[in-house]
Amino acid sequence: MNIEVLTVESTRTAIREKQFTAGRLVEDFYNKIKAEDPAIHAYLTLCEDRAMQRARRIDDLAGKGDPLPPLAGVPVAIKDVMVTKGLRSTAGSKILENFVPPYDCTAVGRLETAGAIVLGKTNCDEFAMGSSNENSAYGAVRNPRDHSRVPGGSSGGSAAAVAAGTAIAALGSDTGGSIRQPAAFCGVVGLMPTYGRVSRYGLIAFASSLDHIGPLTKTVKDAAIVLRYIAGRDPRDSTSADVPVPDYEQEIEKPVKGLRLGVPKEYFGEGLDAEVRAAVETAIQQLAEDGCEIVPVSLPHTPYAIPTYYVIATAEASSNLARYDGVRYGYRSPRAKTLSEMYRKSRDEGFGAEVKRRIMLGTYALSSGYYDAYYLKAQKVRTLLARDFEQAFSQVDAIVTPTTPTAAFKLGEKADDPLAMYLADIYTVVADLVGIPGISVPCGQTKSGLPIGLQILGKHFDEGTILRLGHAVEHGRALAS
Amino acid sequence: MADLANLELTAEERARFVKDLNSILEYIGRLNELKTDDVPPMTQVLSSYGAGSEAAGDKFAYSQRDDTLRPCLPHEEALKNAPDSDGSFFKVPKVIEK
Repeated sequence: MNIEVLTVESTRTAIREKQFTAGRLVEDFYNKIKAEDPAIHAYLTLCEDRAMQRARRIDDLAGKGDPLPPLAGVPVAIKDVMVTKGLRSTAGSKILENFVPPYDCTAVGRLETAGAIVLGKTNCDEFAMGSSNENSAYGAVRNPRDHSRVPGGSSGGSAAAVAAGTAIAALGSDTGGSIRQPAAFCGVVGLMPTYGRVSRYGLIAFASSLDHIGPLTKTVKDAAIVLRYIAGRDPRDSTSADVPVPDYEQEIEKPVKGLRLGVPKEYFGEGLDAEVRAAVETAIQQLAEDGCEIVPVSLPHTPYAIPTYYVIATAEASSNLARYDGVRYGYRSPRAKTLSEMYRKSRDEGFGAEVKRRIMLGTYALSSGYYDAYYLKAQKVRTLLARDFEQAFSQVDAIVTPTTPTAAFKLGEKADDPLAMYLADIYTVVADLVGIPGISVPCGQTKSGLPIGLQILGKHFDEGTILRLGHAVEHGRALAS
Repeated sequence: MADLANLELTAEERARFVKDLNSILEYIGRLNELKTDDVPPMTQVLSSYGAGSEAAGDKFAYSQRDDTLRPCLPHEEALKNAPDSDGSFFKVPKVIEK
Protein backbone atom coordinates (compact mmCIF):
# COMPACT_ATOMS: atom_id res chain seq x y z
CA MET A 1 0.00 0.00 0.00
CA ASN A 2 1.36 3.43 -0.97
CA ILE A 3 0.20 5.59 1.90
CA GLU A 4 1.69 8.73 0.37
CA VAL A 5 -1.16 9.14 -2.09
CA LEU A 6 -3.94 8.73 0.47
CA THR A 7 -6.33 11.60 1.11
CA VAL A 8 -9.02 12.01 3.77
CA GLU A 9 -11.56 11.30 1.09
CA SER A 10 -9.92 8.11 -0.23
CA THR A 11 -8.96 6.78 3.20
CA ARG A 12 -12.41 6.92 4.71
CA THR A 13 -13.74 5.08 1.66
CA ALA A 14 -10.97 2.47 1.77
CA ILE A 15 -11.58 1.77 5.47
CA ARG A 16 -15.31 1.56 4.89
CA GLU A 17 -14.82 -0.83 1.98
CA LYS A 18 -12.30 -2.84 4.03
CA GLN A 19 -9.47 -2.41 1.53
CA PHE A 20 -7.25 -2.21 4.61
CA THR A 21 -7.74 -1.94 8.35
CA ALA A 22 -7.22 1.18 10.44
CA GLY A 23 -4.69 -0.76 12.54
CA ARG A 24 -2.58 -1.65 9.52
CA LEU A 25 -2.77 1.92 8.23
CA VAL A 26 -1.66 3.44 11.52
CA GLU A 27 1.23 0.96 11.71
CA ASP A 28 2.33 1.91 8.20
CA PHE A 29 2.22 5.58 9.10
CA TYR A 30 4.40 5.09 12.17
CA ASN A 31 6.89 3.11 10.10
CA LYS A 32 7.06 5.93 7.59
CA ILE A 33 7.37 8.55 10.34
CA LYS A 34 10.21 6.66 12.01
CA ALA A 35 12.05 6.22 8.72
CA GLU A 36 11.56 9.67 7.27
CA ASP A 37 10.71 12.18 9.97
CA PRO A 38 14.17 12.42 11.55
CA ALA A 39 15.28 14.33 8.41
CA ILE A 40 12.26 16.68 8.53
CA HIS A 41 11.49 16.93 12.26
CA ALA A 42 7.79 17.61 11.76
CA TYR A 43 6.78 15.66 14.88
CA LEU A 44 7.59 16.50 18.48
CA THR A 45 5.62 13.76 20.22
CA LEU A 46 4.09 10.52 18.92
CA CYS A 47 1.21 8.72 20.61
CA GLU A 48 1.32 5.16 19.28
CA ASP A 49 -0.66 3.56 22.09
CA ARG A 50 -3.47 6.07 21.87
CA ALA A 51 -3.54 5.76 18.06
CA MET A 52 -3.46 1.94 18.00
CA GLN A 53 -6.20 1.76 20.59
CA ARG A 54 -8.45 4.00 18.51
CA ALA A 55 -7.59 2.12 15.34
CA ARG A 56 -8.58 -1.18 16.94
CA ARG A 57 -11.88 0.30 18.05
CA ILE A 58 -12.61 1.34 14.45
CA ASP A 59 -11.63 -2.10 13.20
CA ASP A 60 -13.88 -3.78 15.79
CA LEU A 61 -16.81 -1.66 14.64
CA ALA A 62 -16.04 -2.48 11.01
CA GLY A 63 -15.68 -6.17 11.83
CA LYS A 64 -19.10 -6.25 13.44
CA GLY A 65 -20.59 -4.40 10.49
CA ASP A 66 -21.58 -1.47 12.73
CA PRO A 67 -21.88 2.00 11.21
CA LEU A 68 -18.55 3.85 11.16
CA PRO A 69 -18.04 7.50 12.09
CA PRO A 70 -17.49 9.81 9.07
CA LEU A 71 -13.68 10.09 9.31
CA ALA A 72 -13.12 6.56 10.61
CA GLY A 73 -9.45 5.63 10.53
CA VAL A 74 -8.06 8.82 9.00
CA PRO A 75 -4.58 9.46 10.52
CA VAL A 76 -4.03 13.13 11.40
CA ALA A 77 -1.37 15.26 13.08
CA ILE A 78 -2.04 18.08 15.54
CA LYS A 79 0.02 21.24 15.97
CA ASP A 80 1.48 21.21 19.44
CA VAL A 81 -0.33 24.42 20.43
CA MET A 82 -3.54 22.42 20.85
CA VAL A 83 -3.84 20.61 24.16
CA THR A 84 -4.45 16.87 24.18
CA LYS A 85 -5.57 15.01 27.28
CA GLY A 86 -2.78 12.87 28.70
CA LEU A 87 -0.49 13.71 25.78
CA ARG A 88 2.35 16.18 26.24
CA SER A 89 1.62 19.59 24.70
CA THR A 90 4.58 21.97 24.51
CA ALA A 91 3.58 24.84 22.17
CA GLY A 92 7.16 24.50 20.92
CA SER A 93 8.36 26.02 24.19
CA LYS A 94 10.74 24.81 26.84
CA ILE A 95 8.42 26.35 29.44
CA LEU A 96 5.84 23.61 28.68
CA GLU A 97 8.35 20.80 28.11
CA ASN A 98 6.66 18.47 30.59
CA PHE A 99 3.11 19.77 30.41
CA VAL A 100 0.53 16.96 30.18
CA PRO A 101 -2.88 18.61 29.79
CA PRO A 102 -5.90 17.32 31.72
CA TYR A 103 -8.34 18.02 28.86
CA ASP A 104 -8.71 17.99 25.06
CA CYS A 105 -8.90 20.94 22.71
CA THR A 106 -12.43 21.06 21.22
CA ALA A 107 -11.23 20.85 17.60
CA VAL A 108 -9.11 17.77 18.38
CA GLY A 109 -11.93 16.15 20.34
CA ARG A 110 -14.33 16.74 17.46
CA LEU A 111 -11.94 15.17 14.95
CA GLU A 112 -11.54 12.13 17.17
CA THR A 113 -15.27 11.87 17.70
CA ALA A 114 -15.58 11.87 13.91
CA GLY A 115 -13.25 8.85 13.87
CA ALA A 116 -9.92 10.46 12.96
CA ILE A 117 -6.80 9.02 14.59
CA VAL A 118 -4.22 11.38 16.09
CA LEU A 119 -0.69 10.18 15.22
CA GLY A 120 1.16 12.82 17.20
CA LYS A 121 1.88 16.46 17.89
CA THR A 122 3.70 18.60 15.38
CA ASN A 123 6.58 21.00 15.73
CA CYS A 124 5.94 24.76 15.55
CA ASP A 125 7.44 28.11 16.37
CA GLU A 126 7.36 28.72 20.11
CA PHE A 127 3.81 29.79 21.07
CA ALA A 128 3.13 30.05 17.31
CA MET A 129 5.38 33.10 17.07
CA GLY A 130 7.33 32.91 13.86
CA SER A 131 7.23 32.50 10.10
CA SER A 132 9.94 29.88 9.60
CA ASN A 133 9.61 27.34 12.41
CA GLU A 134 13.14 28.27 13.49
CA ASN A 135 11.78 29.58 16.81
CA SER A 136 10.88 26.12 18.10
CA ALA A 137 12.70 25.25 21.33
CA TYR A 138 13.04 21.72 19.94
CA GLY A 139 14.81 22.59 16.70
CA ALA A 140 13.69 23.71 13.27
CA VAL A 141 11.54 21.78 10.80
CA ARG A 142 12.91 21.29 7.29
CA ASN A 143 10.90 21.82 4.14
CA PRO A 144 10.22 18.36 2.64
CA ARG A 145 10.65 19.82 -0.87
CA ASP A 146 14.13 21.17 -0.10
CA HIS A 147 15.80 20.37 3.21
CA SER A 148 17.93 23.53 3.13
CA ARG A 149 14.77 25.65 3.27
CA VAL A 150 12.22 26.52 5.94
CA PRO A 151 8.75 24.97 5.85
CA GLY A 152 7.24 28.31 6.88
CA GLY A 153 5.66 28.94 10.21
CA SER A 154 4.34 28.79 12.63
CA SER A 155 2.43 25.60 11.68
CA GLY A 156 5.57 24.35 9.91
CA GLY A 157 5.44 20.84 11.37
CA SER A 158 1.80 20.34 10.36
CA ALA A 159 2.47 21.59 6.80
CA ALA A 160 5.64 19.49 6.49
CA ALA A 161 3.94 16.33 7.78
CA VAL A 162 1.17 16.62 5.18
CA ALA A 163 3.66 17.50 2.41
CA ALA A 164 5.94 14.60 3.36
CA GLY A 165 2.99 12.20 3.56
CA THR A 166 3.61 11.37 7.22
CA ALA A 167 0.04 12.50 7.99
CA ILE A 168 -2.99 12.62 5.74
CA ALA A 169 -4.21 15.87 7.22
CA ALA A 170 -3.22 18.12 10.10
CA LEU A 171 -4.59 20.87 12.27
CA GLY A 172 -2.70 24.14 12.49
CA SER A 173 -3.34 27.57 13.95
CA ASP A 174 -3.22 30.93 12.22
CA THR A 175 -2.69 34.25 14.00
CA GLY A 176 -0.93 36.21 11.24
CA GLY A 177 -0.63 33.63 8.47
CA SER A 178 0.58 30.58 10.34
CA ILE A 179 -1.60 28.10 8.42
CA ARG A 180 -1.57 29.66 4.95
CA GLN A 181 2.10 30.67 4.75
CA PRO A 182 3.55 27.21 5.58
CA ALA A 183 0.92 25.62 3.33
CA ALA A 184 2.22 27.78 0.47
CA PHE A 185 5.88 27.00 1.28
CA CYS A 186 5.28 23.23 1.49
CA GLY A 187 2.87 22.92 -1.43
CA VAL A 188 -0.25 21.88 0.49
CA VAL A 189 -3.69 23.36 1.12
CA GLY A 190 -4.12 25.50 4.24
CA LEU A 191 -7.43 26.96 5.39
CA MET A 192 -7.95 29.62 8.01
CA PRO A 193 -11.68 29.77 8.78
CA THR A 194 -13.59 32.88 9.88
CA TYR A 195 -12.88 34.06 13.43
CA GLY A 196 -15.40 32.20 15.56
CA ARG A 197 -16.03 29.43 13.02
CA VAL A 198 -13.91 26.91 14.95
CA SER A 199 -13.75 26.91 18.74
CA ARG A 200 -10.47 28.05 20.28
CA TYR A 201 -11.06 26.10 23.48
CA GLY A 202 -7.85 24.23 24.23
CA LEU A 203 -5.73 26.28 21.83
CA ILE A 204 -2.78 27.59 23.83
CA ALA A 205 -3.38 31.33 23.50
CA PHE A 206 -1.05 33.62 21.58
CA ALA A 207 -3.29 36.57 20.58
CA SER A 208 -6.89 35.81 21.43
CA SER A 209 -8.58 38.18 18.98
CA LEU A 210 -6.45 36.81 16.12
CA ASP A 211 -6.04 33.08 16.84
CA HIS A 212 -7.78 30.59 14.52
CA ILE A 213 -7.65 26.80 14.17
CA GLY A 214 -7.87 25.27 10.71
CA PRO A 215 -6.87 22.31 8.54
CA LEU A 216 -3.79 21.63 6.40
CA THR A 217 -4.50 19.00 3.77
CA LYS A 218 -3.40 17.62 0.41
CA THR A 219 -6.58 18.65 -1.40
CA VAL A 220 -9.20 21.37 -1.12
CA LYS A 221 -11.89 18.75 -0.74
CA ASP A 222 -10.07 17.34 2.28
CA ALA A 223 -9.96 20.82 3.82
CA ALA A 224 -13.72 21.08 3.24
CA ILE A 225 -14.29 17.70 4.89
CA VAL A 226 -12.13 18.45 7.94
CA LEU A 227 -13.63 21.91 8.42
CA ARG A 228 -17.11 20.49 8.51
CA TYR A 229 -16.25 18.31 11.49
CA ILE A 230 -14.31 20.85 13.55
CA ALA A 231 -16.57 23.88 12.94
CA GLY A 232 -19.51 25.11 14.95
CA ARG A 233 -20.58 26.63 18.21
CA ASP A 234 -18.84 25.44 21.37
CA PRO A 235 -20.21 26.59 24.73
CA ARG A 236 -16.64 26.50 26.07
CA ASP A 237 -15.53 29.33 23.75
CA SER A 238 -17.72 32.42 24.08
CA THR A 239 -16.31 33.79 20.81
CA SER A 240 -17.31 30.72 18.81
CA ALA A 241 -20.17 31.71 16.55
CA ASP A 242 -23.65 30.29 16.53
CA VAL A 243 -23.80 30.15 12.74
CA PRO A 244 -24.95 26.95 10.99
CA VAL A 245 -22.17 24.81 9.46
CA PRO A 246 -22.91 24.05 5.80
CA ASP A 247 -21.94 20.84 4.05
CA TYR A 248 -18.73 22.19 2.53
CA GLU A 249 -18.26 19.05 0.45
CA GLN A 250 -21.39 19.94 -1.47
CA GLU A 251 -20.48 23.63 -1.59
CA ILE A 252 -17.26 23.00 -3.50
CA GLU A 253 -19.03 21.11 -6.27
CA LYS A 254 -20.98 24.21 -7.30
CA PRO A 255 -19.66 25.94 -10.45
CA VAL A 256 -17.54 29.07 -10.05
CA LYS A 257 -19.01 30.67 -13.17
CA GLY A 258 -20.30 34.16 -12.50
CA LEU A 259 -18.39 34.70 -9.25
CA ARG A 260 -16.78 38.12 -9.00
CA LEU A 261 -13.11 37.99 -8.04
CA GLY A 262 -11.29 41.01 -6.67
CA VAL A 263 -7.61 41.49 -7.46
CA PRO A 264 -6.13 44.11 -5.10
CA LYS A 265 -3.33 46.08 -6.71
CA GLU A 266 -1.60 46.56 -3.35
CA TYR A 267 -0.77 42.83 -3.25
CA PHE A 268 1.09 42.87 -6.57
CA GLY A 269 3.56 45.68 -5.94
CA GLU A 270 7.15 45.96 -4.87
CA GLY A 271 8.66 42.94 -3.14
CA LEU A 272 6.62 40.34 -5.02
CA ASP A 273 8.86 37.74 -6.63
CA ALA A 274 8.43 37.52 -10.41
CA GLU A 275 7.92 33.75 -10.47
CA VAL A 276 5.30 33.95 -7.71
CA ARG A 277 3.52 36.74 -9.58
CA ALA A 278 3.49 34.75 -12.82
CA ALA A 279 2.04 31.63 -11.17
CA VAL A 280 -0.64 33.62 -9.34
CA GLU A 281 -1.59 35.51 -12.50
CA THR A 282 -1.88 32.23 -14.41
CA ALA A 283 -4.24 30.89 -11.73
CA ILE A 284 -6.36 34.04 -11.89
CA GLN A 285 -6.43 33.78 -15.69
CA GLN A 286 -7.62 30.21 -15.38
CA LEU A 287 -10.44 31.24 -13.02
CA ALA A 288 -11.42 33.88 -15.59
CA GLU A 289 -11.58 31.14 -18.21
CA ASP A 290 -13.82 29.18 -15.85
CA GLY A 291 -16.25 32.07 -16.00
CA CYS A 292 -15.26 34.24 -13.04
CA GLU A 293 -15.36 37.97 -13.53
CA ILE A 294 -12.07 39.64 -12.58
CA VAL A 295 -12.51 43.00 -10.87
CA PRO A 296 -9.60 45.29 -9.90
CA VAL A 297 -10.09 46.42 -6.29
CA SER A 298 -8.12 48.52 -3.84
CA LEU A 299 -7.30 47.85 -0.20
CA PRO A 300 -5.57 51.17 0.45
CA HIS A 301 -4.53 50.55 4.06
CA THR A 302 -2.57 47.39 3.23
CA PRO A 303 0.86 48.96 4.00
CA TYR A 304 -0.31 49.48 7.59
CA ALA A 305 -1.32 45.89 8.24
CA ILE A 306 2.03 44.59 9.53
CA PRO A 307 2.64 47.46 12.00
CA THR A 308 -0.97 47.15 13.24
CA TYR A 309 -0.54 43.43 13.65
CA TYR A 310 2.69 43.69 15.61
CA VAL A 311 1.11 46.06 18.10
CA ILE A 312 -2.08 44.08 18.66
CA ALA A 313 -0.60 40.58 18.53
CA THR A 314 2.24 41.41 20.91
CA ALA A 315 -0.05 43.30 23.30
CA GLU A 316 -2.37 40.31 23.53
CA ALA A 317 0.58 37.93 23.78
CA SER A 318 2.12 39.84 26.68
CA SER A 319 -1.15 39.44 28.58
CA ASN A 320 -1.71 35.81 27.61
CA LEU A 321 1.84 34.76 28.45
CA ALA A 322 1.71 36.37 31.88
CA ARG A 323 0.21 33.07 33.06
CA TYR A 324 3.56 31.30 32.75
CA ASP A 325 4.82 32.07 36.20
CA GLY A 326 6.13 28.70 37.38
CA VAL A 327 3.34 28.24 39.94
CA ARG A 328 0.59 25.94 38.63
CA TYR A 329 2.17 24.24 35.64
CA GLY A 330 5.12 24.61 33.33
CA TYR A 331 8.77 25.18 34.02
CA ARG A 332 10.00 26.50 37.36
CA SER A 333 13.61 27.60 37.70
CA PRO A 334 15.45 25.61 40.38
CA ARG A 335 17.72 28.60 40.94
CA ALA A 336 15.14 30.95 42.49
CA LYS A 337 15.03 31.67 46.21
CA THR A 338 12.20 34.19 46.42
CA LEU A 339 8.83 34.39 44.72
CA SER A 340 9.72 37.31 42.44
CA GLU A 341 12.96 35.60 41.51
CA MET A 342 10.97 32.49 40.70
CA TYR A 343 8.74 34.39 38.27
CA ARG A 344 11.65 36.09 36.56
CA LYS A 345 14.03 33.18 36.32
CA SER A 346 11.35 30.70 35.28
CA ARG A 347 10.18 32.98 32.47
CA ASP A 348 13.69 33.95 31.52
CA GLU A 349 14.93 30.37 31.28
CA GLY A 350 11.67 29.01 29.88
CA PHE A 351 10.98 31.44 27.02
CA GLY A 352 13.02 31.77 23.83
CA ALA A 353 14.33 35.02 22.33
CA GLU A 354 11.45 35.79 19.94
CA VAL A 355 8.84 35.20 22.65
CA LYS A 356 10.67 37.55 25.01
CA ARG A 357 11.03 40.14 22.25
CA ARG A 358 7.28 40.06 21.64
CA ILE A 359 6.39 40.13 25.33
CA MET A 360 8.59 43.21 25.70
CA LEU A 361 7.03 44.93 22.69
CA GLY A 362 3.50 44.11 23.86
CA THR A 363 4.21 45.24 27.40
CA TYR A 364 5.49 48.51 25.99
CA ALA A 365 2.44 48.98 23.75
CA LEU A 366 0.11 48.51 26.71
CA SER A 367 2.09 50.44 29.28
CA SER A 368 0.75 53.57 30.86
CA GLY A 369 1.56 56.61 28.73
CA TYR A 370 2.04 54.58 25.54
CA TYR A 371 -1.34 52.83 25.36
CA ASP A 372 -3.02 55.55 23.25
CA ALA A 373 -0.06 55.97 20.92
CA TYR A 374 0.29 52.28 20.15
CA TYR A 375 -2.51 49.94 21.18
CA LEU A 376 -5.46 52.30 20.73
CA LYS A 377 -3.98 53.65 17.49
CA ALA A 378 -3.56 50.12 16.14
CA GLN A 379 -7.14 49.18 17.04
CA LYS A 380 -8.34 52.25 15.11
CA VAL A 381 -6.26 51.31 12.07
CA ARG A 382 -7.71 47.83 12.40
CA THR A 383 -11.14 49.40 11.84
CA LEU A 384 -9.78 51.10 8.70
CA LEU A 385 -8.46 47.75 7.44
CA ALA A 386 -11.88 46.19 8.05
CA ARG A 387 -13.52 49.02 6.12
CA ASP A 388 -11.17 48.36 3.17
CA PHE A 389 -12.54 44.84 2.98
CA GLU A 390 -16.14 45.89 3.59
CA GLN A 391 -15.81 48.22 0.61
CA ALA A 392 -14.13 45.57 -1.58
CA PHE A 393 -16.65 42.85 -0.66
CA SER A 394 -19.49 45.14 -1.69
CA GLN A 395 -18.17 44.66 -5.24
CA VAL A 396 -16.80 41.11 -5.24
CA ASP A 397 -17.44 37.62 -3.83
CA ALA A 398 -13.81 36.81 -3.04
CA ILE A 399 -10.34 38.33 -3.30
CA VAL A 400 -7.33 36.59 -4.84
CA THR A 401 -3.70 37.36 -4.01
CA PRO A 402 -0.37 35.60 -3.65
CA THR A 403 -0.09 33.88 -0.23
CA THR A 404 3.53 34.97 0.22
CA PRO A 405 5.83 37.42 -1.59
CA THR A 406 8.43 34.70 -2.26
CA ALA A 407 8.71 30.93 -2.18
CA ALA A 408 10.32 29.21 0.85
CA PHE A 409 13.51 30.91 1.99
CA LYS A 410 16.69 29.28 3.31
CA LEU A 411 17.09 28.22 6.93
CA GLY A 412 18.90 31.00 8.77
CA GLU A 413 18.28 33.54 6.01
CA LYS A 414 16.08 35.85 8.08
CA ALA A 415 16.81 34.51 11.55
CA ASP A 416 18.81 37.59 12.63
CA ASP A 417 16.41 40.21 11.36
CA PRO A 418 13.02 40.13 13.12
CA LEU A 419 11.55 42.82 10.87
CA ALA A 420 12.47 40.96 7.65
CA MET A 421 10.88 37.84 9.15
CA TYR A 422 7.70 39.75 10.03
CA LEU A 423 7.38 40.89 6.41
CA ALA A 424 7.06 37.24 5.28
CA ASP A 425 3.45 37.55 6.50
CA ILE A 426 2.67 40.71 4.57
CA TYR A 427 -0.16 39.20 2.49
CA THR A 428 -1.66 37.05 5.21
CA VAL A 429 -1.96 39.20 8.37
CA VAL A 430 -4.90 41.34 7.28
CA ALA A 431 -7.34 38.43 7.16
CA ASP A 432 -6.52 37.67 10.80
CA LEU A 433 -6.99 41.32 11.76
CA VAL A 434 -10.44 41.55 10.16
CA GLY A 435 -11.55 38.00 10.96
CA ILE A 436 -12.30 36.85 7.40
CA PRO A 437 -11.51 33.35 6.10
CA GLY A 438 -8.58 32.65 3.78
CA ILE A 439 -7.19 29.64 2.00
CA SER A 440 -3.85 28.95 0.35
CA VAL A 441 -3.93 26.58 -2.60
CA PRO A 442 -0.87 25.39 -4.56
CA CYS A 443 -0.81 27.19 -7.93
CA GLY A 444 2.56 26.30 -9.38
CA GLN A 445 6.23 26.15 -8.61
CA THR A 446 9.41 28.07 -9.19
CA LYS A 447 12.02 26.92 -11.71
CA SER A 448 13.93 25.37 -8.83
CA GLY A 449 10.85 23.36 -7.86
CA LEU A 450 9.60 25.31 -4.85
CA PRO A 451 5.82 25.45 -4.36
CA ILE A 452 3.85 28.67 -4.82
CA GLY A 453 0.53 29.41 -3.11
CA LEU A 454 -2.55 31.31 -4.27
CA GLN A 455 -4.48 32.97 -1.46
CA ILE A 456 -8.25 33.34 -1.70
CA LEU A 457 -9.98 35.55 0.89
CA GLY A 458 -13.71 35.46 1.51
CA LYS A 459 -16.49 37.17 3.39
CA HIS A 460 -17.20 36.33 7.01
CA PHE A 461 -18.55 32.77 7.27
CA ASP A 462 -18.29 32.28 3.52
CA GLU A 463 -15.72 29.47 3.58
CA GLY A 464 -17.94 27.73 1.02
CA THR A 465 -17.04 30.19 -1.73
CA ILE A 466 -13.26 30.22 -1.15
CA LEU A 467 -13.21 26.43 -0.95
CA ARG A 468 -15.19 26.27 -4.17
CA LEU A 469 -12.72 28.59 -5.91
CA GLY A 470 -9.76 26.66 -4.50
CA HIS A 471 -11.27 23.45 -5.76
CA ALA A 472 -11.59 24.98 -9.23
CA VAL A 473 -7.93 26.07 -9.23
CA GLU A 474 -6.86 22.57 -8.22
CA HIS A 475 -9.08 21.02 -10.87
CA GLY A 476 -7.74 23.35 -13.56
CA ARG A 477 -4.15 22.49 -12.68
CA ALA A 478 -4.89 18.78 -12.76
CA LEU A 479 -6.36 19.14 -16.26
CA ALA A 480 -3.39 21.20 -17.44
CA SER A 481 -0.75 18.76 -16.27
CA MET B 1 10.10 47.19 30.48
CA ALA B 2 11.75 43.87 31.35
CA ASP B 3 10.74 44.44 34.98
CA LEU B 4 7.12 45.05 33.99
CA ALA B 5 7.15 41.87 31.95
CA ASN B 6 8.80 39.89 34.76
CA LEU B 7 11.78 39.01 32.59
CA GLU B 8 15.37 39.04 33.75
CA LEU B 9 17.38 39.25 30.49
CA THR B 10 21.15 39.07 30.25
CA ALA B 11 23.19 42.16 29.37
CA GLU B 12 23.67 40.74 25.90
CA GLU B 13 19.91 40.19 25.44
CA ARG B 14 19.20 43.70 26.69
CA ALA B 15 21.52 45.25 24.11
CA ARG B 16 20.08 43.11 21.35
CA PHE B 17 16.47 43.84 22.30
CA VAL B 18 17.04 47.60 22.53
CA LYS B 19 18.30 47.51 18.95
CA ASP B 20 15.51 45.21 17.70
CA LEU B 21 12.71 47.00 19.51
CA ASN B 22 13.85 50.41 18.35
CA SER B 23 13.78 49.34 14.73
CA ILE B 24 10.39 47.63 15.16
CA LEU B 25 8.95 50.68 16.94
CA GLU B 26 10.23 52.94 14.19
CA TYR B 27 8.42 50.75 11.70
CA ILE B 28 5.25 50.78 13.81
CA GLY B 29 5.50 54.59 13.93
CA ARG B 30 4.30 54.47 10.34
CA LEU B 31 0.77 54.21 11.76
CA ASN B 32 0.99 57.89 12.67
CA GLU B 33 0.76 58.76 8.97
CA LEU B 34 -2.94 57.94 9.27
CA LYS B 35 -5.51 60.32 10.70
CA THR B 36 -7.74 58.32 13.02
CA ASP B 37 -9.41 60.97 15.19
CA ASP B 38 -12.88 60.00 13.98
CA VAL B 39 -12.26 56.26 13.70
CA PRO B 40 -13.63 54.02 16.44
CA PRO B 41 -11.20 51.38 17.73
CA MET B 42 -12.08 47.81 16.85
CA THR B 43 -12.95 45.95 20.01
CA GLN B 44 -14.61 42.81 18.67
CA VAL B 45 -13.75 41.60 15.24
CA LEU B 46 -17.16 40.28 14.31
CA SER B 47 -19.63 42.62 15.99
CA SER B 48 -17.91 45.74 14.74
CA TYR B 49 -17.50 44.57 11.19
CA GLY B 50 -20.42 44.92 8.84
CA ALA B 51 -22.82 46.02 11.57
CA GLY B 52 -26.20 46.66 10.04
CA SER B 53 -25.35 44.68 6.95
CA GLU B 54 -27.34 41.69 5.93
CA ALA B 55 -24.70 39.25 7.13
CA ALA B 56 -24.38 40.80 10.58
CA GLY B 57 -26.83 40.44 13.38
CA ASP B 58 -27.27 38.73 16.68
CA LYS B 59 -25.26 35.76 15.54
CA PHE B 60 -22.12 37.87 15.65
CA ALA B 61 -22.59 38.97 19.21
CA TYR B 62 -20.40 37.13 21.65
CA SER B 63 -22.47 34.78 23.65
CA GLN B 64 -22.97 34.52 27.36
CA ARG B 65 -23.78 31.43 29.34
CA ASP B 66 -26.05 30.88 32.29
CA ASP B 67 -24.50 31.62 35.62
CA THR B 68 -24.81 28.12 37.02
CA LEU B 69 -22.46 25.77 38.82
CA ARG B 70 -20.79 23.17 36.64
CA PRO B 71 -18.30 20.45 37.47
CA CYS B 72 -14.71 21.64 37.32
CA LEU B 73 -11.30 19.98 37.21
CA PRO B 74 -10.81 17.59 40.15
CA HIS B 75 -8.31 18.82 42.73
CA GLU B 76 -5.84 16.04 42.07
CA GLU B 77 -5.89 16.63 38.31
CA ALA B 78 -5.36 20.34 38.76
CA LEU B 79 -2.25 19.73 40.83
CA LYS B 80 -0.74 17.13 38.50
CA ASN B 81 1.34 19.59 36.48
CA ALA B 82 2.42 21.65 39.47
CA PRO B 83 6.19 22.13 39.79
CA ASP B 84 5.74 21.83 43.56
CA SER B 85 2.74 20.95 45.69
CA ASP B 86 1.95 19.46 49.08
CA GLY B 87 -1.02 17.49 47.77
CA SER B 88 -3.54 20.17 48.66
CA PHE B 89 -1.95 23.42 47.52
CA PHE B 90 0.58 24.76 45.02
CA LYS B 91 3.82 25.50 46.84
CA VAL B 92 5.92 28.58 46.10
CA PRO B 93 8.97 30.18 47.70
CA LYS B 94 8.45 32.57 50.56
CA VAL B 95 6.25 35.47 49.45
CA ILE B 96 7.28 38.07 52.02
CA GLU B 97 10.85 38.91 51.21
CA LYS B 98 13.61 40.27 53.42
